[in-house]
Amino acid sequence: MTSATVLSGARIVDPSRGMDATGTVIIRDGRIAAAGPEALNQGVPEGASVIDCAGKTVIPGLVDGRVFVGEPGGEHRETIASASQAAAAGGITSIVTMPDTDPVIDDVALVEFVLRTARDTASVHVHPAAAVTKGLAGKEMTEIGLLSEAGAVAFTEGRHTLASSLVMRRALTYARDFGAVILHETQDKDLASAGVMNEGLFASWLGLPGIPREAELIPLARDLMLARLTGGAYHAAKISTSLSADAVRLAKTEGVNVTAGVSVNHLSLNENDIGEYRTFFRLSPPLRDEDDRRSMIEAVRDGTIDVVVSSHDPQDVDTKRLPFADAEIGAVGLETMLAAMLRHHHNGDLPLLRIIEVLSTAPAKLFKLEAGSLRPGAAADLAIVDLDEPWLVREADLRSKSKNTCFEGARMQGRVLQTMVAGKTVFKQE
Amino acid sequence: MTHDPDFPVYPHRHLLGIAGLTPFDIDLLLNRAERAVALSRQTDKKSSVLRGRTQINLFFEASTRTQSSFELAGKRLGADVMNMSVASSSVKKGETLIDTAMTLNAMRPDALVVRHASAGAVALLAQKVGCAVVNAGDGAHEHPTQALLDALTIRRAKGTIGGLTVAICGDVLHSRVARSNIILLNAMGAHVRVVAPSTLLPSGIGKMGVTPFHSMADGLKDADVVMMLRLQRERMAGASVPSVREYFRYFGLDAAKLKLAKPDALVMHPGPMNRGVEIASEVADGPQSMIQEQVEMGVAVRMGVLEALLDPRKNPEAGR
Repeated sequence: MTSATVLSGARIVDPSRGMDATGTVIIRDGRIAAAGPEALNQGVPEGASVIDCAGKTVIPGLVDGRVFVGEPGGEHRETIASASQAAAAGGITSIVTMPDTDPVIDDVALVEFVLRTARDTASVHVHPAAAVTKGLAGKEMTEIGLLSEAGAVAFTEGRHTLASSLVMRRALTYARDFGAVILHETQDKDLASAGVMNEGLFASWLGLPGIPREAELIPLARDLMLARLTGGAYHAAKISTSLSADAVRLAKTEGVNVTAGVSVNHLSLNENDIGEYRTFFRLSPPLRDEDDRRSMIEAVRDGTIDVVVSSHDPQDVDTKRLPFADAEIGAVGLETMLAAMLRHHHNGDLPLLRIIEVLSTAPAKLFKLEAGSLRPGAAADLAIVDLDEPWLVREADLRSKSKNTCFEGARMQGRVLQTMVAGKTVFKQE
Repeated sequence: MTHDPDFPVYPHRHLLGIAGLTPFDIDLLLNRAERAVALSRQTDKKSSVLRGRTQINLFFEASTRTQSSFELAGKRLGADVMNMSVASSSVKKGETLIDTAMTLNAMRPDALVVRHASAGAVALLAQKVGCAVVNAGDGAHEHPTQALLDALTIRRAKGTIGGLTVAICGDVLHSRVARSNIILLNAMGAHVRVVAPSTLLPSGIGKMGVTPFHSMADGLKDADVVMMLRLQRERMAGASVPSVREYFRYFGLDAAKLKLAKPDALVMHPGPMNRGVEIASEVADGPQSMIQEQVEMGVAVRMGVLEALLDPRKNPEAGR
């Protein structure tokens, strides 16, 4: 038995047990031996190294359910290794990677490639999500059974929306037998058309084609009906409007097997942040108006939305320094997700316990990962956080290979000081 | 070059749009343009006020009319004018934008006149260069010199802009001309209406400082100015309107519909016109038509803008 590590005097926030209390965390052999106010009842274990966490908060390591990496095929944007370093710096100990790579993760060998590369190069847990259809072409189903067995934790078309209702129905039906969940980001291609930002007055003044909120709802409503029809597990991966939240809310009350996610960007920002064509704010779904942002926060609060993701999407700066409509879509977010969410703690929008739940415990449950908990026996994946430390987001400090952050120059309150995976420190604030 | 006491110094570095200009700025540009009208009507049309200055017309989207107008404006003021038409087909659109801007900037031009198919592209380019930039149209965003030339045309014909009722008719959704005009006309105190089928109006139009109408009969009633917009060909057949004939029937300006406006209403069109689509020849060539006048005012306004931006009282090295 190796010597223990003791995190003493910390505020422990563990949504898996509804715990928010001052106490001690004892880590032994990469697992939580005890965590809570009574953890020190037997005294400090002999030979333990003690980290004084007075005034600090210990949370289960975050689980980010939506991360785009560039490996394989776009390693200049992000590798699995660089994404994992960025994740660790953001207090994230597990990431679910999207299959939109080159080649697409639609085959057992490619799932194995991701897992092997992660094992050799990554400092946090990497769980690939595989494509629902071969090549993300929206036609033939992938080998959902074999892929699950190989380690794919979910199935998704990534940035794409399945146009065919039939393919979606079959995927939900087939995946159900394997207990696999289908993640789907919905946007009606025809209705969104050439749109590049939220439709409305602001887009009209900028002279940019808009994407109506209904473009998200229409395929989502279809999916919810198919989820009800099939009984399959469906996760609305990234909703952004009150219309979508209402649809999910209703489906949940009707007992449909549905969960929902939102990106931290859609909780923090709105369309006005685009200002004069700031392309780093070109996202999908587009940033909506303030009413929708407020409704997303409400949906997180009332449980309609289960998980919050970074939707980390590294893009080369060259593909962002273009006219707005020509610029690539997406923003990095691993390193700023927690701090951006803590804004909602500081301004009273969301309870801290709920914030950590949607960032950790709930996504762990969604993807059936052994994570998101500080329960005795759980893997010692955790982060030590100073909830109040002020810091400034600077592009140059980001560990991600791509610097397309929506939070450049943002003042944050709350910072990750140390991140552990299986009791081993993978990040420590200098 | 000499100090020009007739006009105050124009307080902006670029002309990227009408948004952000005060009525004072607009008047200043129009007053300068007035003097350019006089110069352009002389036998000797050449001034030397911009002698030694270099103007580059950088058109990522073809436009013979606007480009010639800017070219002539620069030349009448004595500037050296170079035209560059950048085909967007060879390289992925936009990719060349910043590279091209940097390359041209290294040639130390004094003014860049830029047309681009993407909204915001001209502002993006302006961030990368050390000279004055004039937006000659960016996507569906703005076309400030068009709005200024329209304003000059109206002001000369009516004496003032404030208090007039101006009906802007047609494809407002895709029109940078409409946006610039809506902003300018509102700033100068006109009552602005838009008249179009709803499929050609942008979302939120009711909050853009205009009163929307969906019939010419209502929209043109008692109007002082009828401003027609061009309907792009690709939008004619089934996309935004069912057919040319239906569009002309309900929204094309002919003599009968023009009678609904005030008897002395001005008829305007930014060109190039689709005769028989948005405007009938009888009106386009009729006594109320200001369309040729608009072309003349176009050169004058661009002269006024270039003079104002390259005013020697400003620091020509600013931003280099």
